[in-house]
Amino acid sequence: MEALKQELKSKIIEVLNLEDIAIEDINDNDPLFGDGLGLDSIDALELIVLLDKEYGIRLADPKQGKAIFESIETMAAYIAENRTK
Amino acid sequence: MQKCYINGMGCVSSQETYDTSFLESVEINTTENIVYAKQPSYKELIPPAAARRMAKGVKMGLAASTKALKEANVEVPDAIITGTGMGCIEDSEKFLKALIDNNEEYLTPTNFIQSTHNTVGAQIALGLGCKGYNFTYVNGSISFESALLDAKLQLENEEENTILVGAADETSSHTMELFKLVNIIKKESDQPYSVLDSNSSGVVYSEGATFVTLENVKKENSYAVLEALQIQNELNIDEVESFISSFLEKNNLKIQDIDVVVLGNNGDISFDTYYTAVDSLFDQIPQVYYKHLSGEFNTASAFGFWVAASILKNQAIPQVVKMNSFEKANFSKVLLYNQFQGKDHSLVLLSKC
Amino acid sequence: MKVAITGMGIISSIGNTVEENFHSLVSLKTGLSTISNIETIHKDIIKVGEIKLTNEQLAKQLNLPSDNNYSRTALLGAIAAKQAVENAKISDMNAYKSGLISATSVGGMDMTEKYYYEYFENEACQKYITSHDIGDNSQKIANCIGLKGMVTTISTACSSAANAIMLGARLIQSGELDRVVVGGTDALAKFTINGFKTLMILSDDYNAPFDNNRKGLNLGEAAAFLVLESETIVKKENREVLAYVTGFGNANDAFHQTASSENGDGAFLAMNKAFKMAKIQPGEIDYINAHGTATPNNDLSEGRAIIRIFGENVPDFSSTKPFTGHTLAAAAGIEAVYSILAIQNNIIFPNLNFKTNMEEFNLTPQLTLKEKEIHHVLSNSFGFGGNCSTLIFSKN
Repeated sequence: MEALKQELKSKIIEVLNLEDIAIEDINDNDPLFGDGLGLDSIDALELIVLLDKEYGIRLADPKQGKAIFESIETMAAYIAENRTK
Repeated sequence: MQKCYINGMGCVSSQETYDTSFLESVEINTTENIVYAKQPSYKELIPPAAARRMAKGVKMGLAASTKALKEANVEVPDAIITGTGMGCIEDSEKFLKALIDNNEEYLTPTNFIQSTHNTVGAQIALGLGCKGYNFTYVNGSISFESALLDAKLQLENEEENTILVGAADETSSHTMELFKLVNIIKKESDQPYSVLDSNSSGVVYSEGATFVTLENVKKENSYAVLEALQIQNELNIDEVESFISSFLEKNNLKIQDIDVVVLGNNGDISFDTYYTAVDSLFDQIPQVYYKHLSGEFNTASAFGFWVAASILKNQAIPQVVKMNSFEKANFSKVLLYNQFQGKDHSLVLLSKC
Repeated sequence: MKVAITGMGIISSIGNTVEENFHSLVSLKTGLSTISNIETIHKDIIKVGEIKLTNEQLAKQLNLPSDNNYSRTALLGAIAAKQAVENAKISDMNAYKSGLISATSVGGMDMTEKYYYEYFENEACQKYITSHDIGDNSQKIANCIGLKGMVTTISTACSSAANAIMLGARLIQSGELDRVVVGGTDALAKFTINGFKTLMILSDDYNAPFDNNRKGLNLGEAAAFLVLESETIVKKENREVLAYVTGFGNANDAFHQTASSENGDGAFLAMNKAFKMAKIQPGEIDYINAHGTATPNNDLSEGRAIIRIFGENVPDFSSTKPFTGHTLAAAAGIEAVYSILAIQNNIIFPNLNFKTNMEEFNLTPQLTLKEKEIHHVLSNSFGFGGNCSTLIFSKN
């Protein structure tokens, strides 16, 4: 699980082009959207593709993303449970 | 009817034009058939969270517009009107390439969102919180002039009082390769490249952004007045002379009233003949060219506009843009003529404030 | 100052002429179907408003030589513009100061995506390289209608054609031009299909504007052009005037790159400006042709803006996108034609597929064909980049 979280952080930084942010800057329970990392709705769509491409998880409705992408913690838990690759 | 004053300008180009005084140092390129714009430092201009998704064209446009507004001492304009020939072509390419390479799977939205042609104007509006009129013109080498015309009509009618008008175009690798295939871009073997002494077809391609603040009031630091302009989709070479003379006539001017002509020569021998065709009209006044500095691209004429307005403000022509040796003590009217491959002709008339 | 509309032309998935479009509208016949002209992995999943003619068939209609390098966008645009010019009974296009203001978002993308890599290997397809350029598409349309003069193009995503109509009206009002052919054209492309797919706003069903359970939009392709002429030409040539452009407004939402603000600020401002120019009150509008794309975001934002303008007295309104799909840069062009048809025939076209009111407000679009006297129609169009445009068309 720890490895998955680290992997997620690095992938998020890469995919979302968060140049000024390091893996250490993201805490597992920090909110990704709003006050935390400051991600927005376009980032949410990028993360949906990340789930599909890297872990074989397809979300049909972007609204599902809201709960999944709350933090690294929730995201990792969801992936661990639902991944197909 | 109100007049249309140029009260601020910002220019990002393949020369040092952003943080320097007017053409104080230039490099003449003879060896590259694609010349990239010198990028200003964006750190102070764009918050990192916003910059991470921005294309080069958007960043250049933001930098140029910031300076244009600052010079005119304007915080938020009433309207924003942009011209671009290709929009954010790099993002279009990235999205298209990913689409083809991955057989339409795993595509992400960021490049697609940026790929719409109105991204530059929209991002400037978003950054400034400007809810006013916002148009983007996309029509080859008259993209910028279309934006100018729209702004001029609204300022003269006092529909708006302050309009940010500009142009931005970026290069991108795939499109540049395609342009080489069809000889829009000069061949390597055509070196050394030159605009005036060229014996090859095609152009040296480049990119850049120029923004200007137009207002219907004169300010202390006004550059010039935008008097008139005209756009024409196509002309035969033998029609150019009457195109120019009827434009002058329409504006109650004679050819002798023009003090400087700024021409869009780009070193393509197949089409620079359009400029030589009108040489005799302007053989008694200083002629100016600029695409040896800016390179050619859809909105390179905005760089020419920046040159012309600066000449009027400074009342001096830098040696590096002179095409002939005629001197004049002062300049009150400057005419710009531009076209690309015999299409999209524009005439712009500026006068001293 | 009002500007006369003296001609119109259209090609869309519900018809290749104005008459065919009208016939489909009054017979409630949608043009949405599965894709047949484009190879895409999404072809069995999504429905689109596709024109069932091949490029070769379109080129033949225009009598183009077989070695032409028209993109589909240019082909569609040329057909609609030619119809408009014929409809206005123009014999010599350049007898007056004339212009063409076109609008497109994809330009020649259909060819670029087809030959992206092939360009480097096959010289025969290289003729399409310059067709990608948006301005090149407009130039070809100008050639097809024999126009020499001012030609320019507006690309503000899905509000493009509204802005083209706006600029055309402004050019006539200011005396800059006497006659302007205005409109928009966009062909379906894999590029846009996949682009909207990544935004997750494509419906896998028939789009249902203003319905609580709407799932997004269907894309479409179309082109439509109007001929705008000055009072002088109208009098001199004894023109039949179809309707007038009496008001227009453009504003920016300045909220988000793609999404509209929750309260529809941009839309509200655009509608207000249009009323000011038309010098009419909201209560005088007989029909709103809404943007109504059926995305969750658009319909909420637009609905709120409409309520802000009209309060309790929202006039009959509908989105015609269930008929045609969302035709992007052409949308405001085809909806201008539908607005004029509504005025000419005193009829309101229904908002298909609507079942349930949205939970956020109590707005019910017009659900059946409705005949009533129509004097003023308001048409909205909004695009990415916060671009919001409103046009008002009037009978007199």
